[in-house]
Amino acid sequence: MAKVKYIAGKEPHAKEHRMIFRNVDREGWDTSLATYQKEGGYKQLAKALKMEPKAVQEEVKAAGLRGRGGAGFPTGVKWGFVPPNNTKPVYLICNADESEPGTFKDRYIIHQDPHQLIEGLIISAYAVGAHLAYIYIREEFPEGAQILETAIEEARKQKFLGKNVCGTGFELEIYVHRGAGAYICGEETGLIESLEGKRPYPRIKPPYFPAAMGLYLCPTIVNNVESLCHVKHIIDMGADAYGKLGTPRNTGTRILCVSGDVKKPGYYEIQVGKVTMGELINDMCGGMKEGRKLKAVIPGGSSSKILRADEKFTLKQGDKDVEIGIEDIPMDFDSLMACGSMAGSGGVIVIDDSRAISWVLNNLNTFYAHESCGQCTPCREGSAWMKKITDRIVSGNASPEDVDTLESVAYNIDGKTICAFGEACSWPTEAMVAKFRDELIGDTDGKNAKRPVSKETQEAAKNLKSLTT
Amino acid sequence: MSDDKQQGVPMVNVQIDGEWHQFPKGTRMIEACRQVQVEVPHYCYHPKLSSPGNCRMCLVEMGMPPRLAPGEEPVKDKDGHQKIGWMPRPVIACANAVAENMGIRTDSELTKACREGVMEFLLVNHPLDCPICDQAGECSLQEYSAEHGKGDSRFRDEKNKKPKNVEIGPRIRLDDERCIMCSRCIRFCAETVDDPVLGFTDRGSHTVLAVHPNQQLANDYSMNTVDICPVGALTSNDFRFQMRTWFMKETSSICTSCGRGCNTTIGSREGTVFRQTPRDNNEVNSAWMCDHGRMNYHYLNSEARLTDPMIRKNGEEAHQVVPWSKAIRFAADELLKFNASEVAVIASGRMTNEELFMTRRLIAELSVEHVDIVLRRGKADDYLVAADKNPNTAGAKLVLGLKKPGGELAAIQKGIESGEIKALVVLQENLIDDTDFTTELLGKLDFLLTTYPLANPTADDSHVVLPGAAFAEKDGTMINVTGRLQRLNKAHQGPGQTMEVWEICRDLILAIDGGNGIYGVDDVFKEMAGQIKAFAGLTLSKVGDQGLPLLKTKLTVPMLEREKERIAKGEIVG
Repeated sequence: MAKVKYIAGKEPHAKEHRMIFRNVDREGWDTSLATYQKEGGYKQLAKALKMEPKAVQEEVKAAGLRGRGGAGFPTGVKWGFVPPNNTKPVYLICNADESEPGTFKDRYIIHQDPHQLIEGLIISAYAVGAHLAYIYIREEFPEGAQILETAIEEARKQKFLGKNVCGTGFELEIYVHRGAGAYICGEETGLIESLEGKRPYPRIKPPYFPAAMGLYLCPTIVNNVESLCHVKHIIDMGADAYGKLGTPRNTGTRILCVSGDVKKPGYYEIQVGKVTMGELINDMCGGMKEGRKLKAVIPGGSSSKILRADEKFTLKQGDKDVEIGIEDIPMDFDSLMACGSMAGSGGVIVIDDSRAISWVLNNLNTFYAHESCGQCTPCREGSAWMKKITDRIVSGNASPEDVDTLESVAYNIDGKTICAFGEACSWPTEAMVAKFRDELIGDTDGKNAKRPVSKETQEAAKNLKSLTT
Repeated sequence: MSDDKQQGVPMVNVQIDGEWHQFPKGTRMIEACRQVQVEVPHYCYHPKLSSPGNCRMCLVEMGMPPRLAPGEEPVKDKDGHQKIGWMPRPVIACANAVAENMGIRTDSELTKACREGVMEFLLVNHPLDCPICDQAGECSLQEYSAEHGKGDSRFRDEKNKKPKNVEIGPRIRLDDERCIMCSRCIRFCAETVDDPVLGFTDRGSHTVLAVHPNQQLANDYSMNTVDICPVGALTSNDFRFQMRTWFMKETSSICTSCGRGCNTTIGSREGTVFRQTPRDNNEVNSAWMCDHGRMNYHYLNSEARLTDPMIRKNGEEAHQVVPWSKAIRFAADELLKFNASEVAVIASGRMTNEELFMTRRLIAELSVEHVDIVLRRGKADDYLVAADKNPNTAGAKLVLGLKKPGGELAAIQKGIESGEIKALVVLQENLIDDTDFTTELLGKLDFLLTTYPLANPTADDSHVVLPGAAFAEKDGTMINVTGRLQRLNKAHQGPGQTMEVWEICRDLILAIDGGNGIYGVDDVFKEMAGQIKAFAGLTLSKVGDQGLPLLKTKLTVPMLEREKERIAKGEIVG
């Protein structure tokens, strides 16, 4: 393939492996179908349509593609969950609700290379036997939704969509559906409820596993934007070649979104596991800001458990257990899990020594309290309670016991809710209290212990009294 | 779940708190536990509604046998059970079904911790206003808090503020701060009565229950939401602040506002009825009743109640209060003055079978030929309300042997008009208001006797006015429109000197011929069972709280039919 020229100042780092993001920030590139086709666009679709759907599924399974939305579940295996004796329509949904704080990869695919997503989506729909696919895009991406609509229209005109895709008789329509601004719509069953026109209350599983009882209670596959794009490349390269990218069980490339206290925050597409945390932060992101030291990293989107800069982790290398520091952690699914966190959605949030951990935690708790759908008790009440406690820690109105309460509230949510939001909102607290307990207790002010009101309110109350006396 | 449904369903072995039991496959975990007297606390789960699993109160520790490697044989203990691998994550007992070799722990540390946690969460934003809350005493939050809560709060922050005292319908008031978002009311309105006017707005801890814009919770089943609300969020305008629940006496009875005979619990204290609530009966009303029937008790407590027997001799202007003995003697003497063909009896489809049977005895005693009841036809709805507004038309037809109920009234009118009928006995009816009988017509009679619970124009025109007990004040049975024999139980003695009509008839017969061997309502039923084939072999106690199918009809209950469909689909337990 021809060497790609990127916009000056936006060239990829040498350690990157641009595949999904090959056309992002590319000079002379636009979102038109003509541009996409100049580079061999929709050739993989034609190739896939010549295969049996089952063969496409097997190829994806053999490539070892793991979902890029957060859970890292093998995509091919997920596709295989559609009941074999199914007689209902099958739906494919592209989850473009990218709402995990710290994550901003899908929007670049949508904004700069929409046809890559659409091609991946059509191939995947063909593989799972769907004739109707939805792109559920978050409300905050109005431009992205417009770009997708235009791209779908172009694809339809060229017969890549419609009643007779590429003249093969395969039928597919794609609709773009815009959310209304809720984090929970990224949870697949919440997304499905929203798509059905209801409040996005996640469904209980069992029985509502989407692959069996999803949209309109029909088998439904929900895949992340990036995951669907990878399908196109698996068809292009073949499972074997694709599987050689990255590391065993952690194949392919993935886009890491780095934010926070580094010199060059941004997106970096790497071969999974071929880059360490240290290489990512120090080399690719240009290191920490001047005069600052690494304090901690949230490695896979805001809900993943925080890693302390001075922590030691034990990883298996071959048969041996090896002790490593944070900078030596390979950026892949299994290593981050072994370190007690997760690769999640690829959002790496770097925190330096200028940040108070109470502020970091309060920031996240505020987000999760705001985004809890409120359907089930522990998350609804617990997320808001945790926020109220950290509000007080930040404003110096907490007592040391509040830190213990905070931790126990988090554990009372974790594992007891309908959907994974329970874990998402409790893990930051669990990990930060466990790893930064002394700092959090230091932030509590003994003098103000057990006072529910803020210092400002107390001051205001004092003024009020002086007025009346 | 009915027994016949379980036939042919394979049984599975399930261990609950260390003991092995067998249940039909597909039984929900919570129901399996209930069947072996293990209570699993819950808020959102209701067997008649879908299971959203949102309250998380029914979380229990669950285990399954370990997954076997291909070719591996399961290791079983001497009783044939596999070792259970307990899961670290609790599961909800309400929406999950039992499976072979499943284990459930409702008393483990994990389960207890879950319950404590959920209780604490539910209480952090719940107002502590039990002393002024109508739900107190029958509040799940109160009960589970005592049983599964911590007894102490770690919550040091300000509670959320939400709308209070919101009129969401003509009969229902909402306190959003008390709401625990179980969504039972939302599901009831949407699923059971097809009136989806309730929903949640806002998000997270700020979620509030509300009626949709420009809507009201005004359907005829709205008050059922108050019953199923596990807390005091939804209260009834009718009942609120009237009586503390623990002071009330609860009496199982049936609603008499139409021919459905919805099973009820009467809540009363010291001779005053404070409310009627539906009582479960899967053959009659499931767990529901209509608002009209529920509210139709206020007349029992009315100022207009007749409390004493009264007589008005010919030529006198006003009625005089007399003792029962005098009133009965007077009535008997008057009735004996007429030939059998000169007397007519109009009884009521609102009377119990026992009252009707004693009426039948009185009719036989006097050899009366002109006998009928007043018909009440109205509109049925597609749920529970029947078109027949009499609760016991079937009983009247059967017991009085009426060929065509309501068919004799015109002849009676004609007889009065022509002077052939000179005396009329009206039992529990108000002819002037409820039929086309007029004061003028009744004025032609030489003798008119009326029993009724309330003062009314027909009583005004009567020579003898006897205070007849109303439904909450009597024991007996009725037959509903689908042919089911059901019991009324006496919540309390009616006001003043009120008597049940079977007693009045008994005393009249006694006064006429000197003896009848009837002392109590059981004696009436016994004799009725001896004389009327349909009741053969039955006793009052055999009828029980759930009633018995007595007459074959092909009628079905629309609401029950829909519930059966939902049970078959597995949407609800039923």
